[in-house]
Amino acid sequence: MITGVAEDLDIKQRAKRRLALPPTLAGKIGLIMLAAVVLLALAGPELAPYSPRLTVGAPYAPSGGHFLLGTDVLGRDVLSRVLFGGRTVLIYAGLATILAYLAGLAFGLFAGYLRGWPDQALMRSVDVLLSFPALVFILLVSTAAGQGIIPVMVATAIIQAPAIARIVRTATLEQSVRGFVEAAVARGESAISVLRREILPNIARPLSADVGLRFTWSVLLIASVNFLGLGLQPPAADWGLMVSENWGGIGANPAAVLVPAALLGLLCVAINLLSDSLAGGRQWQ
Amino acid sequence: MAMTASPDRVLDAEALRVELASGFPVIDEVSLQLSRGEILGLVGESGSGKTTTALALLGYSRPGSVITGGQVTIAGQSVLDLPDAARRRLRGRLVSYVPQHAGQALNPSLRISAAISDVMRQHETRSRADVMAVLAAVDLPASQAFARRLPHQLSGGQQQRVTIAMALSCEPPLIVMDEPTTGLDVITQASVLEEIRRLREQIGAALVYVSHDLAVISELADRIAVMYAGRIVEEGPAATLLARPRHPYTRGLVQSIPDHRRPTRQVAMPGIAAGVEDRPAGCAFAPRCIQQTPVCSEAMPALITLTAGHQVRCVHADETPPVTLGEERDLRAAARPSPVLEVTGLRATHRSGSETVVAADDVSFELGGGECLALVGESGSGKTTIARCLAGLHRPDRGVISLHGDPLPDRARKRSLAQRRAIQYVFQNPYESLNPRRQVSDELARPAQVLRGLSASAARAEVGALLDRVRLPARAAGRYPSQLSGGERQRVAIARALAAEPEILICDEITSSLDVSVQAAILGLLADLRAELGLSVLLITHDLGVVSVTADRVLVLQQGTMRETGSITQILHTPAHPYTRQLIAAAPVLPVPVTESGDGQGKRRAISKEAAL
Repeated sequence: MITGVAEDLDIKQRAKRRLALPPTLAGKIGLIMLAAVVLLALAGPELAPYSPRLTVGAPYAPSGGHFLLGTDVLGRDVLSRVLFGGRTVLIYAGLATILAYLAGLAFGLFAGYLRGWPDQALMRSVDVLLSFPALVFILLVSTAAGQGIIPVMVATAIIQAPAIARIVRTATLEQSVRGFVEAAVARGESAISVLRREILPNIARPLSADVGLRFTWSVLLIASVNFLGLGLQPPAADWGLMVSENWGGIGANPAAVLVPAALLGLLCVAINLLSDSLAGGRQWQ
Repeated sequence: MAMTASPDRVLDAEALRVELASGFPVIDEVSLQLSRGEILGLVGESGSGKTTTALALLGYSRPGSVITGGQVTIAGQSVLDLPDAARRRLRGRLVSYVPQHAGQALNPSLRISAAISDVMRQHETRSRADVMAVLAAVDLPASQAFARRLPHQLSGGQQQRVTIAMALSCEPPLIVMDEPTTGLDVITQASVLEEIRRLREQIGAALVYVSHDLAVISELADRIAVMYAGRIVEEGPAATLLARPRHPYTRGLVQSIPDHRRPTRQVAMPGIAAGVEDRPAGCAFAPRCIQQTPVCSEAMPALITLTAGHQVRCVHADETPPVTLGEERDLRAAARPSPVLEVTGLRATHRSGSETVVAADDVSFELGGGECLALVGESGSGKTTIARCLAGLHRPDRGVISLHGDPLPDRARKRSLAQRRAIQYVFQNPYESLNPRRQVSDELARPAQVLRGLSASAARAEVGALLDRVRLPARAAGRYPSQLSGGERQRVAIARALAAEPEILICDEITSSLDVSVQAAILGLLADLRAELGLSVLLITHDLGVVSVTADRVLVLQQGTMRETGSITQILHTPAHPYTRQLIAAAPVLPVPVTESGDGQGKRRAISKEAAL
C-alpha cells in the first residue's frame, strides 16, 4: 500500500544515487583517469613483457628496440617495472589513508560530540602530533621499528590522523547543534547511534574532498620514504622507488624517471578531481 | 496606465523584468511610481521577487540574474541606461539601500563613524563633522565616543539605525528599505518604525519599504503593492487596499494575519507558491484560487484600474468577496484541567568561559491536560532555554520539573522511556530540524521504534497515517527534506513528534521562519491536533498574534523572569504588568477592517464577554 510504494521508491532512489556519476565534468575526467591508472596497476603484471626483477639489457638503454621505455639502473625493463609498480602504491597508500581515517574519525567524532574535557584532552594530544614534521616522524618510526613498508604505512597513517580529526571535529560541532541531532538526543538515542545515524551522513560530503587530499599525501609520503631508501626495498618494483633508483640516469634514459613520476602525478590529480566533484565543490561545467 | 508625471515624482519604474541565466523571469512587468514624501510598501512572501525588485530599483541584479527590460527613472535620471560604474556613483546620492540584517551588512572592523563617512566621502557632498548630525537624525547619541564604536558594540536596533544613517547621509531623494525590522524584537521594531515615520516627515524622502509582513507595512505605508510570483497583483492606497482587497491573494494574505485584539481561528490559503521555474501559465495564483475559472489559466491577466490608483491583476476582481475574518475563539475559561506538567523554581544559565548568563530565574508554572500555554517574550527572555530544560536538552541549575507529579531527571538520557515519550519538541527552524540525508519515511519511523518499541516494519506502516494526520500526501514519504517547502518540512517535524504519541508538545517558535499564509495553515493544524488527540501544548513565541490564535493561557517572560501570567483574555485585554502593555502596544496589527460583520462590534463583544466573566 502506501508504505509499500514508499519503500519501492526508496530502493530505486538509493540505487540511483549509488550509481550516479560524478556531477561535474572535472569529476568525470577524474573518474576516467583514475580508472585508467587503477586498471594499469591491476592488470599490468599480466601484460608485462619481462620479469620486473631480471636484468635483460644494458643499464639505462634509451627507449626503443626490445624495450619500449628503455632499461633502468640495473638493466631491467622499465615498462615491465612500471606495469608491476602500481600495485604497491595503491595498496599501501590506500591502507594508510583508511587507517588514518579510522583514527581521525573516531577522535574527531567523539571530541566534537562530547565536547567538554574529552574534547580538550583529545584535541591537545592531536595538537602535539600535528606539530611534528611528517617526513621526520615517518623516518623516526621506520628507523626505530626496523626497515620495511609496514612501519612506514602505519607511521603515515598516524601522522595524517590529527589533521583529519580536526576537520571531523569541526564538522561534528557544526552538526551537533542542529535540530535533528537534538531531536535524537531528546529521544534518548545512544551517542554511537546519534553519531552514526545523524552526524556521519551529514559530514561525509565535506570529508570526501579531504579523502582525495589525504590519499595524495599518503602516496607522496610513502613514495618519498621509498625514495630515501626506507620502506620498500630494492629489487621491489614501485613507482616511488623507481624514481629514486633511476635518478642518476635521467640523462641517459629519462623515461625511467619521468614515466613512474607522471603516473604518480596522474593518480593524485585523478583522485582529487573526483573527490572534489563528489564533495559538490567546484562546478566546472 | 498612464500616470501624469508631476514635478514631485521621485521614482518611475516601468515594466521591469529580471531574468535568471536560464531565461526564466524572476520579476516581470513591475511598474512602480512614487512621489516625494510617500512611502510605498512592497509586500510579498518568500520567492515573490520583492528583494529582486528592490535591488532592480538601484539598477542592480544579483549574480546569476540580469535586468533585461524596463526603465527606472529616479528624480529625472534614467538609471538603467547608464553603465555599471555610473550606476554605482548614483547609489547613495540618488537612491540608497537599507539591508535586512544590519549585523551582517556592517563591516565588523569599521567604526561606525568611518562607515558613515565612507558613504559621504564617496560623493564628496559633506564633511566629516556631519557624521554627528546624521547620527542625531536617527536618534543615536551624537557623541565622539559613540561614533568610535564598532558594530558588535551596538544593539540590533542601533545597528539598524546606523544602516539607516548611512542611507540618509547623502540625502538621496529615494531610499529602498529591504525588511529593515525583520530580525528585530517587537519593541525594537516599533521604535525603528517610529523612527522611519519621523524621518519621512522631516526629510521628505520617498521610501520603498519591502516586507513580508503586511501588518508592519500597514503601519507605515501610504500605498501598498502586493507581489506574487514575480508580478504586482494589486496596488493601491493602503487604506483602500486593506479594507477591501480585490485580488484573491491579497484577501488571503489579509485573512492569514492573526490579530491579538481579536482572537480568531485564521483562514488559511490552500496550496503553496510555485518556484521561479515552475510558475504556471496564465495567472500564477490560479491553482490556489477559489475564484478560478478556465479563463484564468489561459493568459496572464492585465493590471486593471478599479478606482484612481487602485489596480489589480485579476479577471474576476469584482467577484472577490470582502475579507471574512475567522470565527472568534470561545475564550470562556473552561474548568482548569489537572496539571500534567509542573515547573517549580526553575533556574537555568548559560556559561561561556567565566561569564554566566542567567536565562531563567525562579520560573514556575503548570501545564494542564489538553491546555495550550504560551511562553511569550523577546529574544533573550529565556523562553527557549526553559523549553530545552523540559525536553532534557539543557541542564537546569535549580528547580524541579515534574510530569504527573514525578520529578523528571535533568538529562533526556536519564529519563525513562515513558517520560521521554510524553514530551516531544518541535524546533523553530524546519530547515535545520530534519536530517537532510534521510527520507521522510525513515525520519518518521524512528521515534516509534525507539520510544514505543515497535519493529521497523510496524513503525513504517504508521508513516502513511502520520502524514495524513499532518495533511501531507502519502507520496511525501519518499522525499528528502530538500524536496519539501518550509511549511511541508514543519509538518514533517510535527509528524515526527506525533509518532511518539506524546502527551505534551513543545512548539518552539514553529512558525517564525515561515510565511504568514503558511503560518496560518500550521496554526490551524495545531488546533486540529489538539482537538483530535487532546495534546497539551507549550507554545513558545514572540508573536502576540500567534498567541491569540492558539493559546489558552499566557506566561510573559522578560530577561528570564516571569512578569505576568494569566488567561489569554486577561493578558491581551487587561494586562497588568507594564512590560506586557509595552509588548501589546508594539505588536504590529492591520487597521481594523470595515467588513459587513462590523469588527468594531466584534471587538466590543469580546470585551463585554470578558467583563461578564
